[in-house]
Amino acid sequence: MIKAAPVQRKFLTPGVYVLLSIVLIGVFFAVRRFLFGIGAISNLNDQYPWGIWIAIDVASGVALAAGGFTTAALAHIFHRHRYEALVRPALLTALLGYTFVALGLLVDLGRFYNIWHPLMPSMWSGHSVLFEVGICVMFYLTVLYIEFMPVVVERFMGRVALPGWLAHFKGVVEFLLRLFDRTLGRVMALFIIAGVLLSCLHQSSLGALMVIVPYKMHPLWHTPILPLLFLMSAIAVGFPMVIVESIWAARTFGRKPEMHLLSSLGKTVSVLLFVYFSFKVGDMIIRGTVPWLFQPGLESFMFVLEMVGGVILPGAMLLSSRIRHSAPHLLAAALLVVFGVVLNRINVFLVAYKPLYATERYFPAIGEIAVTAGLIATLILVYRLMVTVFPVMAVETESDRSVEEWAHDVETKRADQRMSVPRGNTAVTQRRDS
Amino acid sequence: MDRREFTKLLGATGLALVPGKAAASDPHPHARKVDGIGVLVDTTLCIGCRKCEWACNQSNNLPEQPLSSFENKSAFTSNRRPDAAHYTVVNESRPDGEPIWAKVQCMHCQDPACASACIVTAFDKRDDGVVAYDASRCMGCRYCIVSCPFQIPAYEYDNALTPQVRKCTFCLERLDEGRAPACVSICPVECLTYGRRDELIALAHRKIARNPDRYIDHVYGEHEVGGTSWLYLSSVPMTELDFPELGDAPVPCVTETIQHSIFKNFVPPLALYAFLGQIMWLTRDREQDAEAEGSDAVATQAVRDQGGTTL
Repeated sequence: MIKAAPVQRKFLTPGVYVLLSIVLIGVFFAVRRFLFGIGAISNLNDQYPWGIWIAIDVASGVALAAGGFTTAALAHIFHRHRYEALVRPALLTALLGYTFVALGLLVDLGRFYNIWHPLMPSMWSGHSVLFEVGICVMFYLTVLYIEFMPVVVERFMGRVALPGWLAHFKGVVEFLLRLFDRTLGRVMALFIIAGVLLSCLHQSSLGALMVIVPYKMHPLWHTPILPLLFLMSAIAVGFPMVIVESIWAARTFGRKPEMHLLSSLGKTVSVLLFVYFSFKVGDMIIRGTVPWLFQPGLESFMFVLEMVGGVILPGAMLLSSRIRHSAPHLLAAALLVVFGVVLNRINVFLVAYKPLYATERYFPAIGEIAVTAGLIATLILVYRLMVTVFPVMAVETESDRSVEEWAHDVETKRADQRMSVPRGNTAVTQRRDS
Repeated sequence: MDRREFTKLLGATGLALVPGKAAASDPHPHARKVDGIGVLVDTTLCIGCRKCEWACNQSNNLPEQPLSSFENKSAFTSNRRPDAAHYTVVNESRPDGEPIWAKVQCMHCQDPACASACIVTAFDKRDDGVVAYDASRCMGCRYCIVSCPFQIPAYEYDNALTPQVRKCTFCLERLDEGRAPACVSICPVECLTYGRRDELIALAHRKIARNPDRYIDHVYGEHEVGGTSWLYLSSVPMTELDFPELGDAPVPCVTETIQHSIFKNFVPPLALYAFLGQIMWLTRDREQDAEAEGSDAVATQAVRDQGGTTL
């Protein structure tokens, strides 16, 4: 029922060349890591076993992919159908985000080839928070690919063209696509709910990871409610990511952003931010950690930067209707939220982490930065490629379409479908049709 | 207010999905009553000869150096830490001018954070008390190193393909042959006593009672982070010998309480699943009623509800 189509744009632009060169530099360092070890390209050591590969690639990556489950919940569980135009881009971001979390881990894990071990019942570790994170992320990644299948079906069913000897498999692929088309719609609701559940579980558990180090973490961040704070901040950053992405994609592909939808999301975000803020402050008062704010040093500075720049400021900006309805201002506020959450993950995993016998502070090596930058650049390129191949972005007509038109379109389309043979689209339609 | 009280408070205020009472009365579900072996280190006897370091390297096939090189006292100028090639080191401290030497190695905690943290059970607190590492399970995430309250496990960062977490093995192979760990066997002044942990604790307290002037009245490791297999006697608090100051609660307590509450018989996740399904079903016919702005408040409330019910 979403009107989405592949983007018709030239793939290679100057920006793409810049991204490609960042990718190449990252690949260079990644190759060195696989030849000479993690120590050869990173500043990781026995004092700081985790660096930006965990704080940015994994923790921030997972948080910023939260747009996938928050929009899915909004559109498909709470049935706010006008937001459906945002679901596919957010889904694609989540899918790529989590895929790149896994890829990033391959560089960081010492024995990356054992990454499947948590699936072995003989190695299950019920006490381990990391085990829960790992299992939930693996399942959620699978769910995300399943949620994306209807888009693949929509694009390729009935027009599979495989080059060379692969052409022999055309029949098989077509059969699979038709199978997916017939079956997925009926069960998609189960996967959508599972996706939201799995997200809630592992987003919170990511925070629980650092609860186990009371003696090594700065009191401004160490609290037993870290899991709750991580979940709340992930939910709060989901919509800002959708906003950033929509406005940015609209700009790159010369379209108009769906401002009606985005600005009402912005309002929700300000509420979420203030709820998060009140929990954070309440926790600090209860645990009596407020005095730490007045201890001069990197920690208190980073904390204030995170809370003022990433929570209070964007929260206040988004209260203003004028800011919410101006694309550049809304983008700025959303970027601040993204900045705040990334800074929070960096603070929790790196700044707050103080080894007992620290001789020097951790700062990422060139190689670590290059690998992280390379991963992000690859992600952007793959996203760009995917939206040119698959119908992800909502179709834009000449005039700026209003919400009512959207709703009308959706309704008409659904009425059509009720009369005709059900065609594979999104889950909800299928559910209702079946 | 300590963390456990805070968790209790969370439960009482209804933030925890599972009633807080159940979580609080079960302080650390992971803890096992392990009464295995241990080593008592009497730092007042240590002469800083570093022979234990040499014996450790021999026993664990670590890079070998001639015994004479361990007589080099310049090693004491800096505070060393165990690393991937040295499972134990002896450090010198001079809290009152006179040198005191203390051997550092894995403490083999009773409720080890590394074992609780490990994603693939590569660390195991064996029934005999040894915290053992199995490299074949390990995927190299290094969460064990992050979690250790003594900062002990070390990693082979320069090994590209088969790096291992390295730490004191308690000389497992020697134990299996019925022998004491290499460091204990070589110690020329019997500063190290190997035996059953409960007997060592009794011995330590007898020593303190007999020589109240020689020792402070504290056995380091008896209660620290829920107890450790390695125990220390000293004339000054161990914190003055650069050992960490730790509370009595095992480090994995809080996370495991949270974890086991969230997954209590899988009821909370299934309840959330059912709850979301319910919402999906109930809102299915209102999909066209999405008024322009009014719907936001409901959505916000609902999203917040998710947050509130998941801790």
